Amino acid sequence: MSIELKNISKKFGDFVAVDNINLHIETGELVALLGLSGSGKTTLLRIIAGLETPDTGEVLFHGEDASAVSVRKRKVGFVFQHYALFRHMTVFENVAFGMRVLPRRERPAEAEVQRRVHELLKLVQLDFLADRYPSQLSGGQRQRVALARTLAVEPKVLLLDEPFGALDAKVRQELRRWLRRLHDEIKITSVFVTHDQEEALELANRIVVMNQGHIEQIGTAEEVYHHPSNAFVYNFLGNVNLFHGRIENGRVFLGDTAVELENTHAHAHPDENGKAVLYVRPHLLEIVLRPNGKQTFPATVKSINPAGPQVKVELVAEWGDMVQVEISHERYEVLHLETGAHVYLKPKEQKLFVYQI
Amino acid sequence: MSSNSPGELKRPGTADPPAVRIALITIALVFVALFIFIPVIAVFTEALRNGIGAYLAAIVDPEARAAIRLTLMTAAIAVPLNVAFGIAASWAIARFDFPGKQMLLTLIDIPFSVSPVIAGMLFVLLLGVRAPLGGWLAEHGIRIIFAEPGIVLATIFVTFPLAARELIPIMQAVGSEEEEAAIVLGAGGWQMFFRVTLPSVKWGLLYGMVLCNARAMGEFGAVSVVSGHIRGHTNTMPLYIEILYNDYQFAAAFAVSSLLTLLAIATLIAKYSLERRVVPVKQAQEDLAVKVAA
Amino acid sequence: MLPGFGLTLGFTLAYLGIVVLIPISTIFFKTFTLTWPQFWAAVASPRTIAAYKLSFGASIAGASINSVFGFVVAWSLVRYEFPGRTLIDVMVDLPFALPTSVAGITLTAIYAGNGWIGRYLAPLGIKVAYAPLGVVVALTFVGLPFVVRTIQPVLEDLDQEYEEAAATLGASRLQTFMLVIAPALIPALLTGFALAFARALGEYGSVVFISGNMPMHTEVVPLLIMSKLEQFDYAGATAIAVVMLTASFVILLGINVLQRWSSRRLAA
Repeated sequence: MSIELKNISKKFGDFVAVDNINLHIETGELVALLGLSGSGKTTLLRIIAGLETPDTGEVLFHGEDASAVSVRKRKVGFVFQHYALFRHMTVFENVAFGMRVLPRRERPAEAEVQRRVHELLKLVQLDFLADRYPSQLSGGQRQRVALARTLAVEPKVLLLDEPFGALDAKVRQELRRWLRRLHDEIKITSVFVTHDQEEALELANRIVVMNQGHIEQIGTAEEVYHHPSNAFVYNFLGNVNLFHGRIENGRVFLGDTAVELENTHAHAHPDENGKAVLYVRPHLLEIVLRPNGKQTFPATVKSINPAGPQVKVELVAEWGDMVQVEISHERYEVLHLETGAHVYLKPKEQKLFVYQI
Repeated sequence: MSSNSPGELKRPGTADPPAVRIALITIALVFVALFIFIPVIAVFTEALRNGIGAYLAAIVDPEARAAIRLTLMTAAIAVPLNVAFGIAASWAIARFDFPGKQMLLTLIDIPFSVSPVIAGMLFVLLLGVRAPLGGWLAEHGIRIIFAEPGIVLATIFVTFPLAARELIPIMQAVGSEEEEAAIVLGAGGWQMFFRVTLPSVKWGLLYGMVLCNARAMGEFGAVSVVSGHIRGHTNTMPLYIEILYNDYQFAAAFAVSSLLTLLAIATLIAKYSLERRVVPVKQAQEDLAVKVAA
Repeated sequence: MLPGFGLTLGFTLAYLGIVVLIPISTIFFKTFTLTWPQFWAAVASPRTIAAYKLSFGASIAGASINSVFGFVVAWSLVRYEFPGRTLIDVMVDLPFALPTSVAGITLTAIYAGNGWIGRYLAPLGIKVAYAPLGVVVALTFVGLPFVVRTIQPVLEDLDQEYEEAAATLGASRLQTFMLVIAPALIPALLTGFALAFARALGEYGSVVFISGNMPMHTEVVPLLIMSKLEQFDYAGATAIAVVMLTASFVILLGINVLQRWSSRRLAA
């Protein structure tokens, strides 16, 4: 079932949580709402669920206005960050809950309830825990039970609020993969909220980057990472170096080195002079010992950290900015780097990202 | 973990239908009006039934003044003693480990579970003229039961746990780091106590004092047993009210009652404003205890 | 490392011993001086049995009324906004703070045949003052704060996410209340009931005026004990008191067990 959000706004007192959001989610998509605390992502999710009422705008499910439909009639599955499993009920009773509270006419027979619950518990690989209480389960197990519980009522839409936020790093990764496989199998329209960009990049078909109640960019993982539409998105996703320079006569000057603006992903006007910021990711910079071509910048090595899959080198650029560069161990061997060495940095990508301040 | 933020407007998923809300609020209001507000209003109305002149006369009557004096004196002795006990007990329990701590806590709670009449009776049995101890004291001219000392003792008994019960969790929650820091810096025991310990528990201390005082001034059952009801000598205000009432001097009885009612209301206000300072500290400790026990 | 252990523990134990333990023990010593027939005569006489029945019955009634209405009060205070909310929150504790004799004469004045409320009930044939019903009213009054104040913090801490989860799963508000909220509150409700009950059992001052103290009819156990003391029947008073004390300790134990059970159950 597709979801359409039109002109959604919501304030809490003076605080603007969501500001005129428009969003369309296709049936079967797995979409991530990515942003920091206070960006409005959770509020937006809760508005879709009907747990908050928007001040303006409409929520449409499959083209039909759902705004007047109460949360219990919307048939959305909602998974909470802290699971919200009913502590006084067993795992079985939790999963069966949605079926047991149906109006008499729609309620399935007990045998059917049993069948479905066990089917779902098998799907989440927890059938053997059916008689346990939530307090006896691990965090990862609880979250899977919570998921089974929401799937039991056959929702049209699955909404997850930072579903793995309360779990350890390893469990988080396992569940991420597991959720991806589950979604591939069931293909239910899903929206999940996260502040973890790795999670969003790994899981989602499309990512909605949010900031202070606005949408900064919507795109696939590839799009938002490699083609960020503004400084915020670039900065938010992945590690990044910031270089401060200035634009003059159609070129960007970093210290004494100049880069033609046409050689950049310029979010800047060639005619306007002024300050600019250049973004480069650490692994997209090469260290060379001699200047080589137009876009090499002088720098001095400050520290080297060889522990890890790549060698992290910290340098000071000629114009004063700190630079982090990641190079392979093989390259490091070849270069014989030492602290204090004067080297040159060369971007690997043809085009750099320039943003006008 | 509570996810309710202050000022958060209604959440549709947890809102009750308006009809239910109105019905429940109405029931609550009626219940509270019936059992709390009507009695309070009645006290003052009955007290002023014969006019304000009679009201004032009842309060300044010599016997009334004697009763007020005795009530104040009793509280002035019982409250500081029990508060001192509360401080000592909470310090010992919160800062040190020793066998029988749980038993100690249970014993401290005993006066709570004893009916006031039985509490008074205990002292009669122990110190009445017929008892061995009481008889010995009587021979030496010391009268306890049916005299002021008995009243004070009985009051100390019934208000015994009140200060301690507030101070123990506070002392535990506040923790001993500041005190240890003071010792390391060279402070003596008493210096540490007055400069570090007392200030850190001051709200709990006040709270316990307020509760203890209210109960001490208002105790009736236990004091009734030990007092002998000798007018002008061994009556606290609650007892004096009974005497007036049994003498059919209703307006006068309510006049004296109104003073105690005003005290009760003042106590409630003090309790409410102190509670805001005290509860967050205790809650942190409870959370910790639950986590540790689980 | 911290000083004062000996001093504080010593003072604590000494004070505890003098104020509490020695007086408590006298009752047991006194009991042992009674002969069995003496004990039995006091404890099992018809008048005493009638007093037990009234005490237990009225205390259970009062605690039950408080459980129902106290729950409504606590729920309204925590969940709803309405004019006077803070005032009620402050005044709920009045029965704690008000001297019992003041409460006693006031309730009598209200419910006597010519009293504020009593005058409307008399034509209906409902006698409150000087009748068992009056005892129930008084015991409801003294127990009121116990249920409210026991439930209130539990309600305040209840994470509303559980209710939201139930709503997303399709439960109606009533279903959510019965299946999700109420089970979480039952331990607190039981504790509040037990506390109110224990308090009501031992209550004297609020009851002595409104009941009329008629033996076999409106006499509760504390009144009976007082009556015996006034007649210097210390043996009889002691015997009955011992039975009461034992019942109180059993209830206290029950409350402790309840509180430990409930905190374990609700630990996430």
